[in-house]
Amino acid sequence: MPGDIVIRAEALTKRYGANVAVDHVDLEVAAGEIVGILGPNGSGKTTTILMLLGLTEPTSGRAMVAGFDPLRDPLEVKRRVGYLPDQIGFYENMSARDNLAYTARLYGLSRREIDDRFVAALDRVGLSEVGHARVTTYSQGMRQRLGLAEILMKRPSVAVLDEPTTALDPHSTLEFLDMIRGLKADGTAVLLSSHHLDQVQSVCDRVALFNNGRLALSGTVTELAAQVLGGGHVIDVEARGDGLPDLLTAIPGVVRVQPLGGDRYRLDCQSDLRADIARRLAPKLDLVGIYFAAPSLNEVYARYFAEARDAVH
Amino acid sequence: MRSTRGRGGSPWTGLGTVVAKETADHLSSARMRILEALVFLTAIAAAYAAIRSIRATIGESPFLFLRLLTMAQDPLPSFIALLGFLIPLVAIALAFDAVNGEFNRRTLSRVLAQPIYRDALLLGKFLAGLLSLTIGLVSLWLLVIGLGLLLLGLPPSTEEMVRMVGFLIATIAYGGVWLALALLFSVLFRAPATAALAGLGTWLVFSLFWSVITPIIATLIAGPPEGVLGPRLAYLNVEQIIDRLSPNTLYAETALALLQPATRALGPVLISQLQGALLGAPLPVTQSFILIWPQLTGLLAAMIVIFAIAYVAFQRQEIRA
Repeated sequence: MPGDIVIRAEALTKRYGANVAVDHVDLEVAAGEIVGILGPNGSGKTTTILMLLGLTEPTSGRAMVAGFDPLRDPLEVKRRVGYLPDQIGFYENMSARDNLAYTARLYGLSRREIDDRFVAALDRVGLSEVGHARVTTYSQGMRQRLGLAEILMKRPSVAVLDEPTTALDPHSTLEFLDMIRGLKADGTAVLLSSHHLDQVQSVCDRVALFNNGRLALSGTVTELAAQVLGGGHVIDVEARGDGLPDLLTAIPGVVRVQPLGGDRYRLDCQSDLRADIARRLAPKLDLVGIYFAAPSLNEVYARYFAEARDAVH
Repeated sequence: MRSTRGRGGSPWTGLGTVVAKETADHLSSARMRILEALVFLTAIAAAYAAIRSIRATIGESPFLFLRLLTMAQDPLPSFIALLGFLIPLVAIALAFDAVNGEFNRRTLSRVLAQPIYRDALLLGKFLAGLLSLTIGLVSLWLLVIGLGLLLLGLPPSTEEMVRMVGFLIATIAYGGVWLALALLFSVLFRAPATAALAGLGTWLVFSLFWSVITPIIATLIAGPPEGVLGPRLAYLNVEQIIDRLSPNTLYAETALALLQPATRALGPVLISQLQGALLGAPLPVTQSFILIWPQLTGLLAAMIVIFAIAYVAFQRQEIRA
């Protein structure tokens, strides 16, 4: 049911010896919501995912996935969660159908259900033609789609996709993102871990940013931009004349001015200052254009980690 | 471990599915066919040679059928010696890449994301291996009996059948020990080649070198084998204990006592113990079984202990590659 919380993590922690892989992570995901999990390698994303799936035990903290505790009832959780690992593998000398039928029998589908759902799932990922071919003949992109077909067949209430688009070409990536939107339309909550920030931004409702095992930031991209970039409104200004940067910095509400090359500057503002900027610049310079730039996740990410590094030094 | 306390759901959920899939994999694999061809050809050749020599030399004996399995005819060793040598090879081939293969194909996390425990996956793989081995052994066993029926022209007695069934069970248990060992190596070593090599190395040690190693260790522990008055009992006992650490020895003793009913003891016998004994007279079936009971339970215990070690090692492994 859309709106119900299907994933809830409370102070989830995982230690390997003295090393803290995941440190008190709190996370909530509602049904029909796509949440992007971001962060550098080794920041605790995959460990968090494995703990939510019941594949790794948390050192402390609690989790509730699809109504069950992965530590106490891992089978009930795994019955309701579809998982696409970052490096997916299949039994090479078995056909796609046999591969998926094996996992489907493990979660308890009957032969008839397997046949019905397999045809439907392969159709949705565009592999209907090759469903009975052996997986050896599949390209990396096809394997990725087959992994998604496995999730579609399972009809889970939560889908966890760990870097699903890493090995895909641009066109396949777009198709794949559409299929992820299809999962959302089914009412499935999706956790999407990825390094491709623009993709995350294009499909995700919310974003959770990991850093050193901690959940550093979470919210919509606009909210994150507000926190990290200051204002949350990014405005590009192009004008010809002297002293443009100084004029821009002097405008109240402008948090940061950043040259983009040529006569173009990017401003982080606390509110939508476009009219104000126009009024102040027009008398003194040749104003070419003022553009409202939507905050990009790339920028938020880069800025956050630049500041995190500065804070350490 | 926290997870084993009060976790919900049966640990055997999905066991049947895993066994069915793994058995089908084994039975259709080229590896299994090659091995079965090897075992079938050599074992049948041995049995056939034995039949010819039985027909030529003895003519009459109360246990003709059993001689079929125990008689060696140059240049071939006996049927039981061949099985003792080759079964470990089959068992190792069935299991050396059971778990690490799933890791390397990256199928493990996908399978374990389904509602099954690791218990079911490991036990399923073991049972599937044992089932495949049993299917092969039973068909070989029936084939040899059929060969005996055809060429000797007389049916085995009830007692012979009971002894041969006991032998079959012992053979499966012996295969189970090696299967568990190969499974353990497949958990411990991430590279299948390393696991196979570890398995084959152990096989070589027990089947070829153990008889060389045993006297050396026994001498170190119990002193020289010969005293002033002949062989020393202390040395013989130690040597036997060390010898019986090898599953091959346990299996060979079991097969010998079951298939040669005249076997009265499996260790050193003192002359005083032979007083009044009818040498060469066969033991009743029940007595033969009592004689090999420790050997048989030893094989089963070894199988269970090795599997348990593999199980613990597998539970402690991280799923992440």
